[in-house]
Amino acid sequence: MYAIAMVVVVLAIVLGDWERIGFNFFNLEVMADMFPEVLTIAARNTILYTLMSFAIGLVGALALALMKLSSIPPYRAFAISYIELFRGLPALITLILIGFGIPIAFQGIRIPGGRVGAGVLGLSIVAAAYMAETIRAGIEAVPRGQTEAARSLGMSANRTMFTIVLPQAFRIIIPPLTNEMVLLIKDTSLFFVLGTTPLTKELTKFARDFMVEIRNATPLTVAALVYLAITLPLTWLVRRLEKRAAISR
Amino acid sequence: MTPAIEINDLHKYFGDLEVLKGIDFEVSDGEVVCIIGPSGSGKSTLLRCVNRLEESTSGTILIEGEDITDPDADVDHLRTRIGMVFQQFNLFPHLDVVHNLTIAQTKVLKRSKKEAGEIAHDVLERVGLLDKIHEYPIRLSGGQQQRVAIARALAMNPDMMLFDEPTSSLDPELVGEVLDVMRRLARDGMTMMVVTHEMSFAIEVADRVVFMDDGVVVEEGLPSVVLQEPKTERARRFLRMVIDK
Repeated sequence: MYAIAMVVVVLAIVLGDWERIGFNFFNLEVMADMFPEVLTIAARNTILYTLMSFAIGLVGALALALMKLSSIPPYRAFAISYIELFRGLPALITLILIGFGIPIAFQGIRIPGGRVGAGVLGLSIVAAAYMAETIRAGIEAVPRGQTEAARSLGMSANRTMFTIVLPQAFRIIIPPLTNEMVLLIKDTSLFFVLGTTPLTKELTKFARDFMVEIRNATPLTVAALVYLAITLPLTWLVRRLEKRAAISR
Repeated sequence: MTPAIEINDLHKYFGDLEVLKGIDFEVSDGEVVCIIGPSGSGKSTLLRCVNRLEESTSGTILIEGEDITDPDADVDHLRTRIGMVFQQFNLFPHLDVVHNLTIAQTKVLKRSKKEAGEIAHDVLERVGLLDKIHEYPIRLSGGQQQRVAIARALAMNPDMMLFDEPTSSLDPELVGEVLDVMRRLARDGMTMMVVTHEMSFAIEVADRVVFMDDGVVVEEGLPSVVLQEPKTERARRFLRMVIDK
């Protein structure tokens, strides 16, 4: 198997039309044309959409996690349904639902922020479902004795959760939450479905339109490199955080 | 005078299992009561019912006359008067020592930061750990952590203290420092209810020893009597076992 793979790679290198590949994927002229917009508009929008979705999603996730751990059955049922529903659907469906489905069904409802707002809201809804499970696991990983100690000092259940349990839970789940953020960065590429203006394009849409316009694939390469420039430091950070968590335990 | 703790006909089930089968007893103000007995006898459960970390099934527990088992009781407020020390210390690992000691003072008792800090300073001095005031719990030995846990409870100025096997998870050479702190507390007149396996501590410090087995109080009285001339066969058998160890 390994030998066959090697042969294929060697053949590709020998027979590949390197001139054509270089022209179409690594065309320096095209690259130069993409700057600075690829950073000032596309990458900026990608990061902005990610951070907004992450922040709103995190608040929703916290509420869902607390509901799922609640002793009140309707809260639990709501949280479970929500989480299962939005983890089970493609994110694209949720985006279309928020961006087109809701406005068609309820003419009066306007989502603030227009198409970008709809995209951020849709992605937040999906992110909340994923992160809720992460937060719940973090809360459950904090030893029971912590809650008992806090309650024995007269703290109420809510105060115990917010001053004793959650700070410890978040320390545990920073690595998986960072992973969620990496996934979100990539999911912002779905925003194209809602329609964009030149100023609201994120990386993928920006690169794709550029590619179609000039009939050259180099923008894809550039977009890929910019994505990696954002995600690789984050995954590296996750690995470091995990290592540190392993040591301190 | 109202007893500090008064327990009346306390029953507790875990599912179908009855772990407390009608407990009656009192702890007077300033009294030190040690509860001994084999594991599974219900002694930790009893202690945990006193500040309602465990819900009893029936019966009442009066804390200075107020029924903590009452559904309408202000449990959070009553708990500020009952310090508790756990086998596993349960210090808050994300807070340094001083904040372990001040967080409940400021958030629950609404003391000012300054006042809470001064009290934290005082109680740390009492347990001999003033030099660790800015350390995080993970940097302390087990014995030091338990002394900080005692200080954390003391910082609330409780009227009584519950100890749930406070030395059971300590290395043998660290037991002494914790017992010393408890001994001093007892001498200063703190009302204490102590679940323990430290028989020498019980003999020396307790005003009264309660021997529990299988969810009931089998024997209680002066430590010299219960520990040295037990009347019941069950207590004799248990004491032979722990002393042989």
